[in-house]
Amino acid sequence: MSERKAWQELELGLALPAATSLGYKTGGWRVLRPVWNASECTHCMICVGYCPDMAIPVRQTDEGVPGKGGRVFKGVVRLEGNLDYCKGCGICAHECPTKCIGMIREEEAEQAACKL
Amino acid sequence: MGVKKAITGAQAAAEAMRQINPDVVVAYPITPQTPIVEQFAEYVADGIVDTEMVPVESEHSAMSATVGAEAAGARAMSATSSQGLALMWEIVAATPGLRLPIVMSLVNRALSAPINIHCDHSDVMGVTTVGWIQIFSENGQEVYENLLLAVRVAEDARVQLPAMVNQDGFITSHAVEPVEIFDDALVRKFVGVRSMERALLDVEHPKSVGPLVLPDYYFEFKRAQEEAMSKVFEVYREVGAELSAITGKQYPFFEAYRTEDAEAVVVVLNSAAGTAKAAVDAMRARGKKVGVLKPILFRPFPYAEIRDALKDAPVIGVLDRSMDFGAYAPVYTEFRNALWELDKRPAMQSYIYGLGGRDVMTTEIETVFEELLSGKLDPEHQRYIGLRG
Repeated sequence: MSERKAWQELELGLALPAATSLGYKTGGWRVLRPVWNASECTHCMICVGYCPDMAIPVRQTDEGVPGKGGRVFKGVVRLEGNLDYCKGCGICAHECPTKCIGMIREEEAEQAACKL
Repeated sequence: MGVKKAITGAQAAAEAMRQINPDVVVAYPITPQTPIVEQFAEYVADGIVDTEMVPVESEHSAMSATVGAEAAGARAMSATSSQGLALMWEIVAATPGLRLPIVMSLVNRALSAPINIHCDHSDVMGVTTVGWIQIFSENGQEVYENLLLAVRVAEDARVQLPAMVNQDGFITSHAVEPVEIFDDALVRKFVGVRSMERALLDVEHPKSVGPLVLPDYYFEFKRAQEEAMSKVFEVYREVGAELSAITGKQYPFFEAYRTEDAEAVVVVLNSAAGTAKAAVDAMRARGKKVGVLKPILFRPFPYAEIRDALKDAPVIGVLDRSMDFGAYAPVYTEFRNALWELDKRPAMQSYIYGLGGRDVMTTEIETVFEELLSGKLDPEHQRYIGLRG
């Protein structure tokens, strides 16, 4: 539903194709943005499980990724958050046992990106 | 030719449901609707229909389950009255937007308070704005035929909207009259089977039903819903013509009874139209040119056709069996609106009658006609028929 259809083009009774929420990017609602410090992360998956928008993707790795204390974490590890869907609720930052996720104001993040 | 049975209006509704043979019926008992589902439950228990009947704990659940079944692809029906309709209102209002062609009997009964189980139209007049097709029935015969008609109109691909078929509580629902029931095979062929095209339980074509729609789209969906309502007129005529082939009757948007040369016309819904027609016959016999217009299709409202039918009437009295407190009564409002475009508008008078099941007599309607013919009208104020004080 990201395009703008006229009323004559709509499906009856708002019946939509399945999985349309993929096309509905809710990241625009965000006021605070999570910033993940990978070097302090233990890949415990708590943030992944708590995220209400499933906006923290994971992958399987045998070679591993570096994390807290320079340790290499193998198996299922988290990736950068998906800002297309992250609404900035901050639950991940609140739950993180190592406090490796910070919340910064969206405009600060955008200003920092502009300076870069 | 059908078979004439001496049955109540409620049984006439159940007979229609027997022939429609819906996949699912969900209802909660409420007087005076209860005998419809009681009779239908017997058909289910006796294996005469294939319907799954779902007993629920409230009307809110009844309409919710009906919506669920209809969305799944079933032909689902329900029935209610008054407070029951009030309790299911949230889901009743959602149904047209979901474009689910549910057909429901509404046995008109006064809304509380004071609590009252008898007939008036305050239940239906509270839901005419939400997008159901509204059809009114004078007697058991019309209840039966209107239900058959409603299923086909509601389910038509151009419409896909729910329909309510109204009958007067007790006066119609509990009074025994001869009702001609047409041949099962012919009627079943006429009602057919609901198309599964939009069924949610179609695993080949997964879809979401009832998603959140924000300001970027809600308006467009509502406009599309209005378009569907505007298609009802042509579909109603077509389906009516098909039903005529079985019943030999006509299915107009309204019945104009002896209105051609009428010097005064009374507009009245449902069973009281029969009373008014008897009053017309009595007055015609005395040389008074009077007539009755009985609306049948009330939503969508056939403004143009009504205007045409009443363009020569010098004075019109509109009888409402409910009030819109602090405003013109609902039927009166529609007729005023319909006649606004006429170059030569008739004089009009609003009357309230029969609230809470109070009887209205032919003599009272004759008095209304005399008043209309006398020209002593007060269009700024509604008048009350049969009220003390």
